[in-house]
Amino acid sequence: MSDTGAAAAASVTVRRPKVAGEALVTWTSLAALALFLLVSMVLPLYALLSKSFEDRSGAFVGLANYAAYVTNPALFQSIGNSLFIALLSTAITTVLAFLFAYGLSRTCIPGKALFRAIAAIPILAPSLLPGIALVYLFGNQGMLKSWMMGESIYGPIGIVIGMVFFTLPHAVMILYTALSLADARLYEAAQVLGAGRLKTFLTVTLPGARYGLISTILVVFTLVITDFGVPKVIGGRFNVLATDVYKQVVGQQNFEMGAVVGMILLLPSAIAFVVDRLIQRRQVAQFSSRAVPYAPKPRRGTDLVYLLICLVISGFLIGILGVAGFASMVKYWPYNLSLTLAHYDFTAVDPDGWRAYFNSLKMAALTALIGGAVIFSGAYMVEKGRGWGWLRGIVQLMAMVPLAVPGLVLGIAYIFFFNHPANPLNGLIGTMAILVLCTIVHFYTVSHLTAITALKQIDPEFESVSASLKVPFYKTFWRVTVPVCLPTILDIALYLFVNAMTTVSAVVFLFSARTKLAAVSLLAMDDAGATAAAAARPMRIVYTSAVARALHALASRLLQRQTHAWRKR
Amino acid sequence: MLDGGNGTAGAYLRIIDVTKTFGAFQALKNVSLTVEEGEFVCFLGPSGCGKTTLLRAIAGLDPQTSGRIIQANQDVSLLPPSGRDFGIVFQSYALFPNLTVAKNVGYGLESRKAKRAEIDKRVRELLEMVGLADQAHKYPGQLSGGQQQRVALARALATSPGLLLLDEPLSALDAKVRMHLRKEIKELQRRLGLTTIMVTHDQEEALTMADRIVVMNKGVIEQVGTPGEIYREPDNRFVADFIGQMNFLPGTVVGDARVRLGQVQFRHRGTREALQPGATVTLGVRPEDVVVNGGTPSEEDNSFPARVADLDFIGNFFRARLAADCLDGMIIAADLSSGVVRDCGVEPGRPLAVSLPQERIRVFPAD
Repeated sequence: MSDTGAAAAASVTVRRPKVAGEALVTWTSLAALALFLLVSMVLPLYALLSKSFEDRSGAFVGLANYAAYVTNPALFQSIGNSLFIALLSTAITTVLAFLFAYGLSRTCIPGKALFRAIAAIPILAPSLLPGIALVYLFGNQGMLKSWMMGESIYGPIGIVIGMVFFTLPHAVMILYTALSLADARLYEAAQVLGAGRLKTFLTVTLPGARYGLISTILVVFTLVITDFGVPKVIGGRFNVLATDVYKQVVGQQNFEMGAVVGMILLLPSAIAFVVDRLIQRRQVAQFSSRAVPYAPKPRRGTDLVYLLICLVISGFLIGILGVAGFASMVKYWPYNLSLTLAHYDFTAVDPDGWRAYFNSLKMAALTALIGGAVIFSGAYMVEKGRGWGWLRGIVQLMAMVPLAVPGLVLGIAYIFFFNHPANPLNGLIGTMAILVLCTIVHFYTVSHLTAITALKQIDPEFESVSASLKVPFYKTFWRVTVPVCLPTILDIALYLFVNAMTTVSAVVFLFSARTKLAAVSLLAMDDAGATAAAAARPMRIVYTSAVARALHALASRLLQRQTHAWRKR
Repeated sequence: MLDGGNGTAGAYLRIIDVTKTFGAFQALKNVSLTVEEGEFVCFLGPSGCGKTTLLRAIAGLDPQTSGRIIQANQDVSLLPPSGRDFGIVFQSYALFPNLTVAKNVGYGLESRKAKRAEIDKRVRELLEMVGLADQAHKYPGQLSGGQQQRVALARALATSPGLLLLDEPLSALDAKVRMHLRKEIKELQRRLGLTTIMVTHDQEEALTMADRIVVMNKGVIEQVGTPGEIYREPDNRFVADFIGQMNFLPGTVVGDARVRLGQVQFRHRGTREALQPGATVTLGVRPEDVVVNGGTPSEEDNSFPARVADLDFIGNFFRARLAADCLDGMIIAADLSSGVVRDCGVEPGRPLAVSLPQERIRVFPAD
């Protein structure tokens, strides 16, 4: 054996891999992505962290800023306020969303598709919109001010109503999915065993939906505690953490205190993120492949009750949007309610608003285009790349972080990092580029996970086959993976577009006079500015998002028709 | 040990001392193997035995942790898959769903800067070879499983690789198509004289298709041999048990090529390594090799008296369980043809003379 080995070695030529082509592409793109996430996310967050431990001159002061925060009653009270608002809103939203989703998935009410579409409406609007609509309705000049019975809409009441409107679609989406996946066999078993309806609900329905419920509570809680739009417009003197950050940084230029509040704001979302991850790990295979999907049977009384519930909730959602839509078309709110389209007039009424609108459109389009391409190719390299396991692990980990970072926190982190005079990238401040960058990072995780899910469904051997055929992987990526995943890529682009169109929280710190965005320009609208003309601005965003959605549906339909020959299963 | 002296001339692929570890788990432990040019080799073993790991190491898809792989006198151990010379067919076929059959088959040719007409001609040839000339413009999703398998095969052969790797290529197909394709693939391979390695867990597939079978278990090669050798002369108990069925009977060595079971002595052909008298061994005999007759049993012809404990009708044969008091009540399974059952009047409770033919007995060291 040993001398055969030696003899063999003599006649064998050892071939060394050429360092070129594919390996280089893999390495370069993964390294570029890691660098991108490092610069656009990790370093800014680090800047925020270190800022919270520094004094104005930049010297390290330990926990002094935190101590100052805790001893300032006006600031410290915001924690209690934020928790109060978040708990109350979460409770209301979860109950309403559960009833709504139960009606859609477990009863035989008519018009389910319509109800589902209505439940998605708030996603199309910036979170400032419900606040503005509530001002029109119940504000100092509101139509229905008398309904408030002396209470003011400016404060907790307004914030909670606005938050419920803004978070309901997210909650309905999660709970509808959770309630749709029910195993009919469990219900048959419960029936055979003589369980009553309440007992069946408590022992079968609720446990089946428990992960969805927990997830809903976490998502809604995080959204509420980090949202900035609603309390800014309708919060009045009622301070919450999100508005504090804005006041400290933009109002008082107290960056150190802003950083402290930012760090505090990071806490609940980081905890929610970790808890959600842990729970999802335990959730595997609840619904086995042998399960029989549950199909609801008509029950007159129950169906009627749920139809009423769904109608009321839909009425609330449409009502809020409708008020803003209506207000945008009346001549002079609330004194002259005759209709006009004058507020949408391009040049005459609102040149500033239109400029902001086109900035938003441009920002959203760039975010969808660049973000979609970067995120999808990045997810591909992470999921399908060969070698560099540690680098792929790092990128995957970094891609998960943005979900735990509230937009507001990301925004101030950007100022601290990019505004620093020593940063070679500080030329980006005030440009469109930084708005796009920040928005891509802000919505990175969900897009990344969507792409990963789609890529996981593709045969893992495509890359192996193309390697055996000496076709570089990037060619197969372009010719096979992208066409196969095109519907997912369109979904990601739409998600980025709509969110970029409506986002306020991160970009509110980053715009300049030249790059003012439509959603951000709404901030200027407080009570005094609640004119009819101003209502046209958020409505333009809603219409634009709706059009984007319609275009997406159309494109998906066309794509499906064109590719149905190979896409059928 | 496999390629002594001048035997290396025909060796196309040499695997030398290959080890693969995943964390603490050793998937391959110092595996060495030589594959001759033009040979059809099957890696056979239970799931988790390392057969697919070895195939993927040969392809460079999951490189070995240590050891060398030499293909056509070139050490390719360090090369990525794209630097090696092979075509591969996966269990899932991995056909590109958005490309037509013709585009799938021509996929590897396009990047070689061949002329369009040449590619078309080659694709047509390949599709004719696998009998799918009329399906060229369909998409994979519109084909049956067997047709998809053939497209994958044509695509793997398109670039005329020196080595064809098949990773459980037939296991996703139903029984009838599988039988048919076994024959087709084997014929194609013989016609092209293409060195081929196929991974399978199906012993029948390995026995009918392979020139040589490599039986693997827990990351090591248990035995390498022709299907006949593997079946008739299994080296050890694992191979004997994994391929076909076998009676395993505990016994004691009494002398050269002699083993005692209960009160009966059996002669056998001897073992490769000499066994010490008194050593405990396992005697193995396949059910179909057990002979029954109505005569008088004698140790001269390895026979002994037994009783039919029960008899199952399988269809084309009977499976009898024979109880022998002189073997301390051991039960021996025997496959008997309908003719034998009829002629000897085999029925439950019936006493018979049972013989274990000398040349059919395998003796393994006891575990």
